[in-house]
Amino acid sequence: MARHAGVICTSHVPAIGKAIALRQQQQTYWKPFFDGYRAVHGWLDRLRPDVVVLIYNDHGLNFFLDKLPTFAVGAAPEYRNADEGWGLPTIAPFPGDPQLSWHLIESLVAEEFDITMCQEMLVDHAFVVPMQLLWPMGPPWPVKTVPICINTVQHPLPTAHRCHRLGQAIGRAIDAYDEDVNVLVLGTGGLSHQLDGARAGFINKQFDHLCLEQLVSDPEALTRYSNIELVELAGTQGIEILMWIAARATLLGDVTQVHRNYHVPISNTASGVLVMEPRETSGPRERAGSGTRRDQIAG
Amino acid sequence: MRPLRLPGMLRGDTGVPTMISPKVATIPGTVIFDGVEAQKGYALNRMCYSFNHAENRAAFLADEEAYCARYALNPEQREAVRKRDVLAMIAAGGNVYYLAKLAGIFGLDVQDIGAQQTGVTREAFKAKLLSAGG
Repeated sequence: MARHAGVICTSHVPAIGKAIALRQQQQTYWKPFFDGYRAVHGWLDRLRPDVVVLIYNDHGLNFFLDKLPTFAVGAAPEYRNADEGWGLPTIAPFPGDPQLSWHLIESLVAEEFDITMCQEMLVDHAFVVPMQLLWPMGPPWPVKTVPICINTVQHPLPTAHRCHRLGQAIGRAIDAYDEDVNVLVLGTGGLSHQLDGARAGFINKQFDHLCLEQLVSDPEALTRYSNIELVELAGTQGIEILMWIAARATLLGDVTQVHRNYHVPISNTASGVLVMEPRETSGPRERAGSGTRRDQIAG
Repeated sequence: MRPLRLPGMLRGDTGVPTMISPKVATIPGTVIFDGVEAQKGYALNRMCYSFNHAENRAAFLADEEAYCARYALNPEQREAVRKRDVLAMIAAGGNVYYLAKLAGIFGLDVQDIGAQQTGVTREAFKAKLLSAGG
């Protein structure tokens, strides 16, 4: 049977991809951000996931307003990156896992999620940047991937409550997957930021820290917010916390926080990374830090 | 900015999600890109979506007037694009994810358009973000 090994939630700002391309990781501006991923690499080395279920939001690369699914699941043999309009270099395709994709699709529809099935799917920075952050040596990528896209472009967006339930259904599907694979779930976006309007540049550290705490200890608490409240508290694009909520919910029981980092700003964004694993497996395994938690809160 | 509302969870009570209709909720300096905005801005956003392709960016630069006409921008949208005025583009239904592709044609990133929308220099906007880190 498949093993749901853990969840990583991380920011996906396009400027990160540019900094990687320009090898700026050790520059003063970037170092506190990139250093926050070292512990993640150590954890991944021990975990050795076979496949990543990557929950993200498209920013107008694969989907436009003509046909905009609320939830879309990739079912392709590979996923290509493409020009998002800025002419930046693209990256080698990511291998898919059609067998797991169709298992997830069957499971989610059986649980009454009316998802869109995609046998072709371009993936933008929200998919690519987190993969680069987790596996800086890639490509070739050491994992297969299954993208799951949540609409955060055009309101009405799915509620936090709905995204939480979607995550739970994904978690049940992973637990029921009859293959001997290690599955990692990755949720990308956030944390607080706003690109548009007279409130551009809005950042809310207090709310970000609250989210980081609640995702670990009481994720259902976050489902009580309406999307308008989330926009007010986290910014128009801070609504991307929906992906973190969905990813966290795939771990159905209690979790242990393995690592977290929070840094302001990256471009216009409060950045974060949060690593969680199922509590029952966290005891005997070698840990990233000496204590039960590893907190690196910068900024 | 209004005081933060941290409903429910900070007080430790339980309950169902608090639903606020976009029609009644207002957040200063913020447009909720809902069905009304998506209909209003469709032509502008559709043009900006086309800029994912380099040849379309080149065509826009070669003949902006013809390119905007091809996508049937309304006069408000056309004027906002002509003036490179992001707030006016948003008022005309533009969504920032698509507008960012247009801004990129002019070499502007999200910090440039953040500065423009808040009426400060890029340096001042970046300083504000740095100070948000405390």
